[in-house]
Parts: sequence; C-alpha cells; structure tokens
Amino acid sequence: MSDRIFGAFGVFLALGYAYAALQIEESFLSDAVGPKAFPLIIATIFGLSSAVIFLRPDAEPHWPAFGRLAELAAAVVVMVLYAELLPVAGFVIATAFAAAYLSWRLGSAPIGAALTGVGTSVGIYVVFHLALGLSLARGPLGF
Amino acid sequence: MELLSSLGDGFAVALTWQNLGLALLGCFLGTIMGALPGLGPSNGVAILIPLAFSLGLGATPALILLTSVYYGAMYGGRISSILLNIPGDEPAMMTCLDGYPMAQKGMAGEALAISGIASFVGSFLATWGLILLAPQLVKIALLFGPAEYFALFALAFMTLGGVSSTNQAKSAFAAALGLGLAMIGVDTQTGVPRFTFGEVHLYDGLDFLVAIVGLFALSEVFIFLEERHGAADAAGRKLTVGRLTPPAAMVKECTPTMLRSSFLGFLAGVLPGAGASLGSFISYSMEKRLVDRKGTFGKGDPRGVAAPEAGNNAAAGGALVPMLALGVPGSGTTAVLLAVLLSLNITPGPLLFANNPDVVWGLIAALFIANFMLLAMNIPMVGIFTRVLMIPPRILMPVVAMVSFVGIYGISGSSFDLLVMIGFGIMGWGLRKFDVPLVPIILGTLLGNAMENNLRRAITIDNGNWFTLIDSPLSIALWAIAILGFLLPVFVGRMVKMRMRQRGDAEGSVID
Repeated sequence: MSDRIFGAFGVFLALGYAYAALQIEESFLSDAVGPKAFPLIIATIFGLSSAVIFLRPDAEPHWPAFGRLAELAAAVVVMVLYAELLPVAGFVIATAFAAAYLSWRLGSAPIGAALTGVGTSVGIYVVFHLALGLSLARGPLGF
Repeated sequence: MELLSSLGDGFAVALTWQNLGLALLGCFLGTIMGALPGLGPSNGVAILIPLAFSLGLGATPALILLTSVYYGAMYGGRISSILLNIPGDEPAMMTCLDGYPMAQKGMAGEALAISGIASFVGSFLATWGLILLAPQLVKIALLFGPAEYFALFALAFMTLGGVSSTNQAKSAFAAALGLGLAMIGVDTQTGVPRFTFGEVHLYDGLDFLVAIVGLFALSEVFIFLEERHGAADAAGRKLTVGRLTPPAAMVKECTPTMLRSSFLGFLAGVLPGAGASLGSFISYSMEKRLVDRKGTFGKGDPRGVAAPEAGNNAAAGGALVPMLALGVPGSGTTAVLLAVLLSLNITPGPLLFANNPDVVWGLIAALFIANFMLLAMNIPMVGIFTRVLMIPPRILMPVVAMVSFVGIYGISGSSFDLLVMIGFGIMGWGLRKFDVPLVPIILGTLLGNAMENNLRRAITIDNGNWFTLIDSPLSIALWAIAILGFLLPVFVGRMVKMRMRQRGDAEGSVID
C-alpha cells in the first residue's frame, strides 16, 4: 500500500514538474533545444518510473509507530530552530543545546546528555574554530 | 618510462608535510568512520567535504584528504565485522562470515592482521591497476563528442542501481529526482530561471554539497532516532584481540587468495554498476568454490577473511578509474568525490590528465602513501580503533549531526542552506524507508547540468537533429550497454540479492 501511495504521489509530482517546465519563459536567444526539453524528458522518466512503482509495489516497508514519528518530527523542529537561531545565539550555545537534545533523545540520561552537548559544542569550537580557523556563527557573547 | 616519471612527479607533489599530514589524518578518520557501524565511506567523505572547503585547501590536498578517508573507511569496515559481527559498512558484510567465527575461536588478532594485509594487497594492486588502465581509458575518451558524453551519462545512471538492484523502477525514480533537482536555478545557456518559484536563494541552483550531507549524514541520524539503538550494540561486550601477527603459514596460505580476489575486485570496481560490495561478494564466492575443499569457509577460515577484504579494497581503487578518466563515477563514494572535484572547478575526464597532471599523479602517489600508512595503522595500532567502537550512538550521532551543520554553515554562512539540508535529511530518511537508492539522486544533482549541456550542444551542432544522439558507432555501443545494464538486473537482480542474503543468514544475524 505504501508503495502505491508513493507511486501515485510521484506521478502527480511528475505532472507538476512537467507543468512547471512548460511555464519556463523562453528567451528570444535560444539554442536549438531550449531550456524546456530536458526537464520534460526528466518529467517523463519520473512519471513512468512512479507509475511502475504504483503498479508493481514492493513489500510493505517497516514503518515506525506513531510515537517514533513524533520523535522524528520533534527532532526536525529542534534542527530547524537550531538553523534559525544559530546566527542569533552564537555557535557554542546553540550547538550545545541541539547536541544535548539529540543525545537525550537517543537515550542518554539528562546529565550525560548535557555533558555530551557541551562537550560536542566546545570540542567542535576548539578544533574547527580555534585550531583550524573555520568561521562559525558569532553570538552576542562573541562565541 | 613516461609512466614512472609522471609517478615520480606525483610523489614530488604528495611528499610535502601538509599533504603527508592530511593523508595521515584522512587515514585515521577514515578507519574510524569505516569501523563505526552506521558510518560508511560515502557518509564519511560527505561529512568531511565541507571542512576541506572551509579550510581553503587546494585541489590536490583536498583530494588527498578525502581519498585517504575513502581508502581508510574500506580498511576500517572489517574491524567491527570481525569483532562484533556487525559490518562497519556495506562492503564489509562478507567479512563477517569468517571473521566473526575466527574471533569467537580467540583468533581475533590474527583475523584483523590477515584482513589488514589483504586490504593492503588489494588496494596496492588496484592502485597499480589505476595507473595502467586510466591513461588507456583516457585515449578512448578523447574520441568522445557531446553525443557520446550524453550516452555515457545515461549509461552511468542506468547501470548505477547495479546488478544487485531489486527494483529498477526505484533506481530510475531516484535518478530522475536527482536530475530534476539539478535543473533548479538559472539556465546556463539562455539565462532564464527554472523551477525557482521566485525564491532568489534558488537562482544559483541547489548546492549539491548541501544535498549530499543532508541525504547521507542527516538521514542516518534520523534512522538512529527512529530506531533508537540507545544502548550501544557494542556496550558490555568485552573485546579481546589477542596476538596481532599472523603466522607466516597463514599468510602463505592466503597469498593466492589475495591475488585472485584483488584482480576480481578491481574488475568489479572499474565496471559501472558493480562497486565494492559486489567486489567482496564475488571474491568470497569464487574463493569458496575454488579452495574450500574441507568446508571450512564460514567457520573461521582465514582465506574467507582475506578474500572479501582484498576484493573490496581493490574495488575501491578500481572505482576511481572511471571517475578520473571519464568523469563518470561507478559507485556512491566516487560520486561524492566527483562532487569535490566539481566544486573545486576541476572537471574530471580525459582533459584532467592533460591539464592537471599534478592533481592526478599527486593523488595517485598519495594513494600509495596512504596505503602504507593504513597498513601501519591497521595492524599494530588496531587496538585504538577497537576502543572507538565502544562509543555509543547516543554520543556519536549528535556529533555527526553537529559536524554536518558546522561544515555546511562554514561554506555559505546561511541559515537557508541549513534548512535545505534538513529538508534533504528528511527526504533521505523517507526514501530509505521506501528502499529508493540515494546514490542516483546525488549523481543526478551532480551531473544533471553537464548532461543537459552535452545534449544541447550535440543537437545544436547538428542543427536541431535529435538523431545525432545515435549517429556514431561509439554512442550506439554506449546506449546498447546502458540498456542492457538497465534490463539485466530486472531478470538476475533478485537472484544475486537473494544469494547474498542467504550467505548472510546462514551465519546468523547480519545487519545491513
């Protein structure tokens, strides 16, 4: 069933892609092929392969329980927050929190998770910024 | 001899303190990444690419670092196979079959040593193979026009799923997805924006490094979060290694095995669509058929450890041949290495050998050096790496995630790229669930624009005649191989995969 939904979704995606390709404005100075042809070929392959997936589905993949999916969604939210807050909070603070969260969710005890977070963050800061000179996001505290 | 003098120049390039240091670092990190279950050669190289850039390394040093990681990961994969019966990466799967039984018999040290030697023999011979074969391939490649290149790209995509692919529709889906993503951005020939939906960030196109790190590294983190291997697989197990020198008799017994397996593995590496996993699989199967008279294979026969290790390391070297000579990678990791070259504004392919001989020969020399370093690291110092195996995922995975973020942020300094990377991470997780291979996606985003340019150039040269694509015998031959390579797995793929599984199951749990 999963593969059927996946295939159907792929077919719609291919149609959308082909539609978007047809919307590309052609320049008056174009080569013989133009900017639309190759995307249309791709859309065709995309659509055909999706149709085959729809028609000949594989065995059902192993889906996680709802709780695990919520876990993943939470991790994604944390990562997005991390990406957005990185320039605001600075590298060391943001990274410590994000790494601690991930470590906690992967099964560390709270104290261990906090230590992992701080250790990861400071470790990366020392190795990549102080030793190798990579520029990292600078927060209000200067690190 | 011209070859040897080029090689000499290469050593002159490679033998600087900086390059030696990078090779050493790469070998060390690579072995660790190979040894850790969950991180393989492609993820390992992918995580380190952004660093190589943000450090401002030139082309040759960057390549030396990353290929050392690649070779190192091929060595490292065997460590956890032998000690824990968990392959550190996919090609090391076959090493479990005899490696773990040897460890159970208290011969872990010997198994590690003999497999280290086998790895060395495999990659040493394969590097010679690379030197001899790549220039020959370049001569052929110089005959290629745009139409042939287009056919060659098509061949790379159609055979990438490999003979062991179970669902070719999904391989094709992945390739189309990658190519489709590559189209995003301003069209290089006419200057019109495509698929950007008005988002200015997308005018430059998606950075394929962002895609690679997201798909390979972050999706791995998501997989771990989902399954929460929390309590480490390794924890609580005592790893005893024992003596680290193999008896001379064992080395002697394994020598013919190593030589044969290296040859087979190298071939598997050069051919499109085979790669290291298949290299180790066919080497093991052939040795079992040839020398296993007493039925000791699978019960801890040293030759059963030597064969797949020589095979997969030789395949790793072999896979560099089409990548360097044609610019078309034959495996996942070489696809990632190609991304590095492209980002450094170096176009692999026949002209690379003419225009940047320092890069090519410096790299080859570095491979020899790295190989000796790896031998030194992997036999006397293997104890260090066995300790690394004790790091549980709950500490390792946050580090992997954060290093990925740091690397991408270091290149562009934009939060937008981080968000795109998270998007690719989620996509990678979902696609893995559906058993859709990720490598064609990467290859598509990498080669999409070059493929389109060749198509358009070929047709423009011939005044809009599409039949120019199949106008020369060379391109017809390429198309024929491509179609054959695509259809073959539909018929034999299931069989090969099933056999690989059976071999695995026979020896108890093999986690892939």
